[in-house]
Amino acid sequence: MVGTRKGAFILTADGKRKKWKVGGPYFMGWEIYHMKGSPADPDRVYASQTSGWFGQIIQRSNDGGKTWEQPGTGPGESITTPEGMPKGESNKFVYDVTAPNGKPLTTHQWYDGSQHPWEFKRVWHLEPSLTDADTAYAGVEDAALFRTTDGGKTWHELAGLRGHGTGPKWQPGAGGMCLHTILIDPANQERLYTAISAAGVFRSDDAGKTWKPINRGLRSQYIPDPEAEIGHCVHRIAMHPERPDVLFMQKHWDVMRSDDAGESWQEISGNLPTDFGFVIEVHAHEPDTIYVVPIKSDYEHYVAEAKLRVYRSRTGGNEWEALTRGLPQQDCYVNVLRDAMAVDSLDECGVYFGTTGGQVYVSADAGDNWMPIVRDLPSVVSVEVQTLP
Amino acid sequence: MIRVALPFHLRTLAGVDAEIQLEVGGAVTLCSLLDVLEARYPMLRGTIRDHVTQQRRPLIRFFACGEDLSHVPPDTPLPRAISQGDQTFLIVGAIAGG
Repeated sequence: MVGTRKGAFILTADGKRKKWKVGGPYFMGWEIYHMKGSPADPDRVYASQTSGWFGQIIQRSNDGGKTWEQPGTGPGESITTPEGMPKGESNKFVYDVTAPNGKPLTTHQWYDGSQHPWEFKRVWHLEPSLTDADTAYAGVEDAALFRTTDGGKTWHELAGLRGHGTGPKWQPGAGGMCLHTILIDPANQERLYTAISAAGVFRSDDAGKTWKPINRGLRSQYIPDPEAEIGHCVHRIAMHPERPDVLFMQKHWDVMRSDDAGESWQEISGNLPTDFGFVIEVHAHEPDTIYVVPIKSDYEHYVAEAKLRVYRSRTGGNEWEALTRGLPQQDCYVNVLRDAMAVDSLDECGVYFGTTGGQVYVSADAGDNWMPIVRDLPSVVSVEVQTLP
Repeated sequence: MIRVALPFHLRTLAGVDAEIQLEVGGAVTLCSLLDVLEARYPMLRGTIRDHVTQQRRPLIRFFACGEDLSHVPPDTPLPRAISQGDQTFLIVGAIAGG
């Protein structure tokens, strides 16, 4: 499932992953920040459709992406209940500022250090529940976490994250102040992780009610105190479902690892040619095999040395090998954005990523060999995989 | 009947053609017209006006009878040519690249 700047595409293949069919575009002309299927019901897919002109739309499919609907606003439906109350709608994300749900926050830190009002802009990431197809989480810009329990018809903020105390110190990164990563611990689904640019990583151990920052060990030169509790531009975190206390992180600069559920972090950049980047992903069957795509620098958002290289570590970090077979090794100036890499769960793990140049690549052998599935899509924002029986 | 033209992306969202017709009871103002539009096509709520503040989204423009009505107060009566259906009320996405 590929989200791009100008629509969504669904690429399908059998287990050999050699011959691909390109479906779409869906929602043509709209930015599709993310699409993701429910682990509980693969036919249920959520998509974030967004536009600087027209705002946020949540789309839902109940047939694996063949057809779509806005779950809260069917054509011809009344917009009020019989009692005259406004109906909740699927594209309505309203910050919770009620006192019982924590401290009502109205401002966060702006680029220049001043305070700036919290303003909803878009949904960056949708994370369906592992067990209930009608429950999903949405990470939004300006950073906050929302949840639906009715299949996307209504969304309610889990305000304990924004209200736990450090919110006024959060600041936007270059892409805005976005909550872009949501991880659910499969062994303990009360435990959630979120990552925010530029604030850091946060953990909840009570299903999203209360939160704490978990950024010890992160070091960022672009904030006054490089080791501050808050202010780190975390680009992405990833976990292996069988070892959920181990987390991997691609930060603005630095690739990091935590072995204690985020309580502390250690750098594992090792021999990477540059440790700036956006994506990080874990092999489906090998918890210590991880993938990153090094990007030249924070001011030059394209691959280092004009070569598109995925780097793989089989040792959980520090020792990295370049994977280049089938990828362009000259004159390449694309980026790979934070949600644009995914793995499948076939016996021989498949790895996928999309580029800002519109290519989507697949490796059907864990990264040893790559081939383009499609070369000329609009700029790719997100890639997700469903492995169907 | 009041004639309203929507920008391409909102037409596809609402599943309508280039121009739609709306019956607006009482005084025809910008606000009453948008209320009727959103009641008939609830999937457009939030795409033209903010869900909460009801303010026009920044990159949306309203044109009618050769005039830019983007900044008129919401309770301003619309021109007679609009309320009588002689001309089309245009909801436009601002030219802003992309």
